[in-house]
Amino acid sequence: MADPMRIRAQALNGNIVVKVLMQHEMETGLRKDANGKVIPAWHITDVTATLNGNPVFSAQWGPAVSKNPFLEFTIKGGKAGDKVSIQWVDNQGNKRVDEATVA
Amino acid sequence: MSKTALALFSAAAALIGAPALAQKSAADGIAEYRAMLADGNPAELFEAKGEELWKTKRGPKNASLEHCDLGKGPGVVKGAFVELPRYFSDTGRVQDLESRLLTCMEAQQGFDAKAIAATGFGKGEQRSLEALVAYISAESRGLKFNLPQSHAAEQLMYAAGKKLFYMRGGPYDFACATCHGEEGKRIRLQDLPALYKNPGDGVGFASWPAYRVSSGDLWGMQRRLNDCYRQQRFPYPGYASDATIALATYMGVNSKGAVSSAPALKR
Repeated sequence: MADPMRIRAQALNGNIVVKVLMQHEMETGLRKDANGKVIPAWHITDVTATLNGNPVFSAQWGPAVSKNPFLEFTIKGGKAGDKVSIQWVDNQGNKRVDEATVA
Repeated sequence: MSKTALALFSAAAALIGAPALAQKSAADGIAEYRAMLADGNPAELFEAKGEELWKTKRGPKNASLEHCDLGKGPGVVKGAFVELPRYFSDTGRVQDLESRLLTCMEAQQGFDAKAIAATGFGKGEQRSLEALVAYISAESRGLKFNLPQSHAAEQLMYAAGKKLFYMRGGPYDFACATCHGEEGKRIRLQDLPALYKNPGDGVGFASWPAYRVSSGDLWGMQRRLNDCYRQQRFPYPGYASDATIALATYMGVNSKGAVSSAPALKR
């Protein structure tokens, strides 16, 4: 089970600013270990966000995204008390869903 | 040439001249980069994990660390970090945060402290220690360093730390003071804090533990010192050894009054 994300969602001028920290190794598949063996790629491939259950954001990620990635985006509209849910899926099929209430 | 074209030309010339005038210092550039990253400091992830580890029953004795005495009484976390290293009467030693956690993990949870100290950074229970130091230092964020120096053992540690700080050796004939004994020095783009005095709020000793972007790991003071010795081409000091605690005492006492920004974010 992957570690939880840290999600901050704040209503600002009629929009919602979402900041997410995800814990993930984001291994590129290009590195080798001490024995010279290639470390297999292991990274997040898809990130989606919903506002009160409606999809508002989706992204396809690759190996160029850093370890423990930080993501910030703005949702048009919305208000304090709304629920923002973020989901990521990685190339090994692991996934993690976390929800935050807009402040 | 029309008037407009001439005006455009001179505007362009002014622009070409601009970068030379507005040239940023290396420190400005690094500060800008840090500001861009500061909002999403992944140390937060370690803090959350550390808090959970502190409260979770683990180890052969299936106990939490909630009764661990970090110097301000059993279970008191807030404010403990800015008074470490300090003397503990139960162990009869001056201990820093990491060596104290080893004591608690052994006494209360039944872990083998020696085995954890011998484990490489970022592996096994060392990962738990990373998270725990992130959580415990975060609970003292914004507080001022105020290490006790009333016990003779604490004064001895300070004196030993000062000796180590100025002790030259190794193939490069280096001491800590070679890099950290003067103001205004840097390695590439990294400003080096002058550690023989208080280098200021959130600088030097007051900015560790920290998340290192370049390694993607959370580094405690033990790992920081280990890497300093690697850069000096010294043999590695033992994890939680008296030498590392002496140096931490020296830097910590010198930083008296500095505001802690730990866990900070480093390049």
